[in-house]
Amino acid sequence: MKEFAYQRSAQVRDALAEVAGTPGAKFIGGGTNLVDLMKNEIETPAKVVDVRHLPLSGIRFAADGQLVIGATTTNSDAAAHPDVRRRYPAVTQAILAGASGQLRNMATIGGNLLQRTRCGYFTDTSQPCNKRVPGSGCPAINGIHHNHAIFDWTDHCAATNPGDMGVALAAFDAVVRFQTLNGAGEIPLTDFYRPVGTTPHLETNLPPGALITEIALPRLDVAAQSRYRKVRERASYAFATVSIAAALTVHRRRVQDVRIALGGVAARPWRARIAEAALRDGPATADRFRAAATAELAKAKPLRDNAYKVMLARNLIETTLTDLARRAK
Amino acid sequence: MTGNTRSDISLRVNNVTRKLTVDNRTTLLDALREGLDQTGTKKGCDLGQCGACTVLLNGRRVVSCLTLAVAADGAEVTTVEGLSRNGQLHPIQEAFVRLDGFQCGYCTSGQLCSAVGMLAEHRAGWPSAVTGDVSPDCPPHLDEQEIRERMSGNLCRCGAYPSIVRAVVETARKEASR
Amino acid sequence: MGDSTMNDPARHGRRTVLKGAAVSAAAVTAIPADANAEPADATGGGVVGTARPRLEAQGKVTGGVRYAADVKLPGLVHGALVVSTVVRGRIRTMDTAAVLKMPGVVGVVDHTNAPRLNPQAGHFFGPDGQLQMLQTNEIHYSGEPVALVVAETLEQAQAAAKALKVTYDELPHDTEFRVDHPKRRPGNPIFGPDANLGDLDAELAASAVVVDQLYRTPPETCCAMEPHAATAWWEGDRLQAIDANQGAFYIAGVLAALFSLPMEKVRIRADHVGGGFGSKGTLGPQLVLATMATTLLHRPVRVTLNRNQVFLTTSGREVIEQRVRLGADRDGRLRAIGHEAVLAISPLADFVENCAEMAKSSYAATAIRTRLSVVPLDVLPPVSVRGPGNTPGSFALESAVDELAEKLRMDPLDLRLRNEPKAGPVSGVPFANRKAVDCMREGARRFGWAKRDLRPRRRREGDLLVGTGMAAVSFLTLALPSTASITAEKNGTYTVSIGAADIGTGARTALASVAADALRVRPDKISIRIADSDFGNAWAASGSLGQASWSWAVTSAAKLLRDKLSTRPPLPVSVTADTTPEIGAMPHKERQSYSSVFAEVTVDPATGEVRVRRLLGMFAIGRVVNPLTARSQAVGGMIMGLSLALHEESARDPNSGRHINADFAGYHISAHADVPDIEADFVPDYEPDIASGIKGVGEIGTAGTAAAIANAVWHATGRRQRDLPIRLDRALEDLARQ
Repeated sequence: MKEFAYQRSAQVRDALAEVAGTPGAKFIGGGTNLVDLMKNEIETPAKVVDVRHLPLSGIRFAADGQLVIGATTTNSDAAAHPDVRRRYPAVTQAILAGASGQLRNMATIGGNLLQRTRCGYFTDTSQPCNKRVPGSGCPAINGIHHNHAIFDWTDHCAATNPGDMGVALAAFDAVVRFQTLNGAGEIPLTDFYRPVGTTPHLETNLPPGALITEIALPRLDVAAQSRYRKVRERASYAFATVSIAAALTVHRRRVQDVRIALGGVAARPWRARIAEAALRDGPATADRFRAAATAELAKAKPLRDNAYKVMLARNLIETTLTDLARRAK
Repeated sequence: MTGNTRSDISLRVNNVTRKLTVDNRTTLLDALREGLDQTGTKKGCDLGQCGACTVLLNGRRVVSCLTLAVAADGAEVTTVEGLSRNGQLHPIQEAFVRLDGFQCGYCTSGQLCSAVGMLAEHRAGWPSAVTGDVSPDCPPHLDEQEIRERMSGNLCRCGAYPSIVRAVVETARKEASR
Repeated sequence: MGDSTMNDPARHGRRTVLKGAAVSAAAVTAIPADANAEPADATGGGVVGTARPRLEAQGKVTGGVRYAADVKLPGLVHGALVVSTVVRGRIRTMDTAAVLKMPGVVGVVDHTNAPRLNPQAGHFFGPDGQLQMLQTNEIHYSGEPVALVVAETLEQAQAAAKALKVTYDELPHDTEFRVDHPKRRPGNPIFGPDANLGDLDAELAASAVVVDQLYRTPPETCCAMEPHAATAWWEGDRLQAIDANQGAFYIAGVLAALFSLPMEKVRIRADHVGGGFGSKGTLGPQLVLATMATTLLHRPVRVTLNRNQVFLTTSGREVIEQRVRLGADRDGRLRAIGHEAVLAISPLADFVENCAEMAKSSYAATAIRTRLSVVPLDVLPPVSVRGPGNTPGSFALESAVDELAEKLRMDPLDLRLRNEPKAGPVSGVPFANRKAVDCMREGARRFGWAKRDLRPRRRREGDLLVGTGMAAVSFLTLALPSTASITAEKNGTYTVSIGAADIGTGARTALASVAADALRVRPDKISIRIADSDFGNAWAASGSLGQASWSWAVTSAAKLLRDKLSTRPPLPVSVTADTTPEIGAMPHKERQSYSSVFAEVTVDPATGEVRVRRLLGMFAIGRVVNPLTARSQAVGGMIMGLSLALHEESARDPNSGRHINADFAGYHISAHADVPDIEADFVPDYEPDIASGIKGVGEIGTAGTAAAIANAVWHATGRRQRDLPIRLDRALEDLARQ
């Protein structure tokens, strides 16, 4: 690890000024995916500004019924919160499917959205990686990519976003709010991550120096009938192979509302809008679920060794919706 | 270099206030082990991938390898050395001894601290990834499957898992009957 | 680990201490007339066989015991490794000058200043080129240590190691395993000649039913939770080290040879070791580099590998491909067993694991042919990983037996019972005490095997497919020469000193039990000291031979001491026993531990998730010294087998040759959630020719488990799993096609 200065800020404005005023400064929340990257010197901040003492923790309802989660709320507290559990169960399940109890106690909701890929070539600094060293190449494309993307990857990078919570947030049209020294802003989660293109090292649309302050979940009735299912190579404490956040309401055996997002398939949570459109207002039957899944996955572009993810994602959409439909009865 | 790269901090470790000067790079794990000679907390991976370094920070279980000591300034830390009280083993420690909840012992301090933290999380009504219904109206029952999921952040290569789970079950029962 | 049948076991531990009286043949425990019965007077006092919590339990649950990285010494400095980023090549430049200017840095050890090492030094298989660290600018595998950076603090050492700029002239490398590799050659014959019983081809041709399949296992690593660490310093002209290893005396011998030091100038201790599983059975880079650094810098040096370096520089198992051919008559009687294994090794050090061992001894057949071949690649030299040989070997053989049962429409248990051998099928030598059938029958009874439907894909629970499978395995048993000393103290206690290692096995506690019975005193009268090379020759915690070898030395010493005490000498009085003569006099027999493993799995065909729901093992491990810890070891072995079956695989990048998932997030070992409650128990057993009747339990649990699980997955799904691990994609099915 390289030497760095440490600053604890009490006010958002101070924290923004600290980072803006110091080249190479970074915010640190729980540190669960910054300290490890600093140890490998994939991240080498000259200064870290600790944001956990900012008044950004806690969960509240806004006047319009949005549920607002403060950025420094820990993953554990967000998952355990009664309103999250009641109104957005898939968000609780997604958070709980991530990492371990210890890491969830440390990690913050804001930091969680900024975690980096766990692609082995990104982690191993002896290897080329366009995400880590732009222009150095992507060995995963022709190398080990069993757990890489099947959507929207490019010759520059095939890594996946490792998050779980973001998948549920994407399904529910969550919005990420941030502050900069020039004022506040917000980005829908589905637009938060940039397309890979030729610049895989640029991961989000956050402006430089911006600090995530909160995440807002819109009032969404279907979200109360939701579930997150994560498939991985170990029963727990592993990143997703493919995961799904889905919500479904059924009225008179027809789909009233449906939300689907997939994890582990792209460099961002993959909102399955094609499948949703195919299902909305149609019959809630296993055949239709399968057809919608097939339509969604038709555009998938697997690599040499990860075509199984296409089948897995298709199966997951079908079985998860079937399960939700069964419970809706 | 920008600013100072060392910091004076104060930690309350196992109910004793300890003041020390740390390199900002120093993790809580290394501060405990090297700075305070509390070597009961172990380094298994140093990357948050094994749980061997688990301690309780302000009552919650965390991995000390990804916690910067400077960021823990002012915190209460409980390590494996602080679980027993007045020379009496904590019930989870006693159960580990009796049921052979370890072999090489290297992951043990992390398993113990994690179990203590996990039982508190369950008492607070937190669900887990295997809780069937996460609704706040259905407090999860701590069965073996729940314990396994909640303890999965603590790897053990000797394969003491079944004995550890038994020890946690016993301890949870004792706590419930108190 | 287990290099148990090497031809000259004392080769590397030759400095046998013979201070005590010569051991007479009478010191050997009497061989009972009925080999199945445990002799009543074998050890006496009744402590052996009772469950006792570990002596170090209190220390382990309170954080009090110290491991190699926990030792504090005045003036201690920290060493951090720099490892090569290329597979083959030469170091062109290394900017040590820049690093020496960094804060706290006290030295850099590299190929320009490292002490010269003895190229003849090695391990069981002879000279080991991996030990020749920092001797030249040549690189032989990705991750080879190229420098050790030493600094006042850990943070300074790690930062300086990261900052050390090294450039390489790369050379072409070959890390791709294939069985038709032009460099393929027969494996080292250390385990004896290949079997050539009968005419395999003719018997296969005459068989009504034939199985001929390939089974593949990937590189796997030991993953002890304690990263390799050593703290080394000089006391006068004597090198001292606390090292994480599986046998202090053995390691001291290798280290002395490597640095051309007389054995008495080296003292290695390893009081508490955080697991080994084979990876700490050989002299590790941590101790070689710590020794170099303390020699050059004249300060105590601690070297701890980081987790990535544990993966890259400490050995595991390499790729293995096995072909098993079985031929049988319609009634299930085996005519032919062919078992060929091809293993990757490194040109730096010879190695082979005896994958075909069970094919030589498990089943009676007219023709048995085994072959072990190796393919040298530019990889980290492999060593033994828990259950060497029989862990991958039994996956192949016991899967093939299950496939044969399927073809015969026979219960795989009945098929095994039908082919139970009366004597060693290849050796012709009698079995000392074969208990394979006892394990199978008792395991089957407890598991409820009898009500199993032979046909696959018959059980469904909701979306899940359910199946059961079994495997039967053996593991070679032996004892190797060891030395033990016992002192009768003035206060009526006894101090037992033996160079045993306790890497989590419970050896310390078990040896205290053995000593108590042998001395006919209460166990609280025994004070036991282990893991110190100064205690003389003792076998390592390796090959499942530790407990048998050490217990023998302790019982022999106890016998000597009791004889001596009968003359009422002034106290304290000490004796030392060396078991070399007794072990040399052991009769030639087939000696094995046995087990039978039963598994029940669920498979979700929509996701490919395989979960082990039940796992049961019945074991014959000779006399059980401490049922509490022995059961833990058996269960732990099975969990490692489960982990190998479902998760473990070192991924080697096809282009760079780099092990690319070299951390615990990438290389998965089973977590709590993967592991069900596991039943392990023991059938009555006794090894007649080894003192105290002990066999070994350390490794047999790991063997057999993968085959039992793979067979259960077949039973659940109807699909054979011949490649490990049984990943999601290998069990996944297209729902649309169901």
